[in-house]
Amino acid sequence: MSLYFLCAVLFAIGVYCILTKRNLIKIIIGVGIMEYSLNLLFILVAYRMNSRSPIIDEEWLSGALPPITDPLPQALVITSIVIGLATKALLICLAMRLYEKYGTFDITEIRRLKG
Amino acid sequence: MNRQSYKRDVRPEQTAGMTLIVKTVARLTVGLILIFGTYVVFEGHLSSGGGFPGGVIITLAFINLVLAFGWKPLMGKLPRRRAVLIGSLGISLFLLLSLFGLISGVFFKNVIPRGEAFNLFSAGHILYCNIGICLNVGMGLFAIFLALILFRIEPEDGA
Amino acid sequence: MPELSVLMLILFVIAAAIVAIEIKDLLSSVVAFGAIGMGIAVIFLLLKAPDLAITQLVVELLCLVILIRATLGQKPLEKRSPLFLPLLLSAGAFLIVFLVSAALALKELPEFGQPLMRVSQTYIDWSLSMVRTPNVVTAIILDFRAYDTLGEATVLFTAVIGVLAVMRKVGRKKTKSDSSRDGRQN
Repeated sequence: MSLYFLCAVLFAIGVYCILTKRNLIKIIIGVGIMEYSLNLLFILVAYRMNSRSPIIDEEWLSGALPPITDPLPQALVITSIVIGLATKALLICLAMRLYEKYGTFDITEIRRLKG
Repeated sequence: MNRQSYKRDVRPEQTAGMTLIVKTVARLTVGLILIFGTYVVFEGHLSSGGGFPGGVIITLAFINLVLAFGWKPLMGKLPRRRAVLIGSLGISLFLLLSLFGLISGVFFKNVIPRGEAFNLFSAGHILYCNIGICLNVGMGLFAIFLALILFRIEPEDGA
Repeated sequence: MPELSVLMLILFVIAAAIVAIEIKDLLSSVVAFGAIGMGIAVIFLLLKAPDLAITQLVVELLCLVILIRATLGQKPLEKRSPLFLPLLLSAGAFLIVFLVSAALALKELPEFGQPLMRVSQTYIDWSLSMVRTPNVVTAIILDFRAYDTLGEATVLFTAVIGVLAVMRKVGRKKTKSDSSRDGRQN
């Protein structure tokens, strides 16, 4: 329960960073923190106490070994991590293009109409 | 005196990138990193691993080369256009494997015969899907990296 | 006892997150972001998810390289926004509401250590006998739920195309002679 709430705290830190910071790189870092907290929540919910990692063999099928964790959230998260990297790269490219156009990462300066 | 003659001997493509120590270590380790990435891809259906981490590890090997030697030596072998082409071939392989299932009537049905478990060529199309995903992820991310690295450098170099 | 070590690692990740968003220097901020990713990778390893640990580790390395490339030579922003106080108040109010509702909503989840395994029990039963794969995660992402992976590959390919479109050089050669940054119009 407390672990889940700490995940929510991590998400809240990301939201705070997006709402109050003015630097585009800081905002991208906030988006990354939110994404990591969601991945972490999925894996925390999937964990089973005193278990093995989800790789099975005949010895496991005979019932001698402890049960394995929930593999379904792991399969959902493993795609989410790579998608997160691609979207972060796209965000960074947009930020660099904006820097070339306006000469700053400050979003209040970028808001100005120019050219 | 010695330093001057050394400087005259150095070819211009060797001056780019980092120092000699970094270049030597990168030359020694890049092959090992590529082998490890291929191993992670090919054991994805036997143990932990798979196409996503294997593709990113192979990308990291190429990025290691670019960071150590500068971007010029690699651009002759693997320019951005070719990297995007290989990535497209990867996702095309994945899509083709999914369309194979239509032979027996169901999209994504595993029509390749599944062999014995715990062998390399087992579990039907999973190995080939892993290879396609590895090419797509690795070369796509490497194209992103090249686009970011060459963003400011390339125009003034072409002049 | 993985619960205690996971708790310590989550506290470490939260501390690294606070450092990452509050420090002035951008490069230090990016390095603290790398610390967050590495901590998450260790948590995945402790929670019996080795696939995710490998993926998170290498993805974090690549993300660090790209972020450092973007922040090289940038100066941190000195002054605060004139709207900083109202922003802080509204963000604080939103975060209080969010945290209270999260604390109420997270009670409905299953307890830590006892997951619901209704769907995944079928996958575990069929993984070795039908798919012939000892790794259940690979069996799920490439056989039972391959549609998800196809969509993921499509999203990644679209992101690559988007990056190449944003970073293209069309129209740059014409105005290369004038050195002013804002002179380019196309």
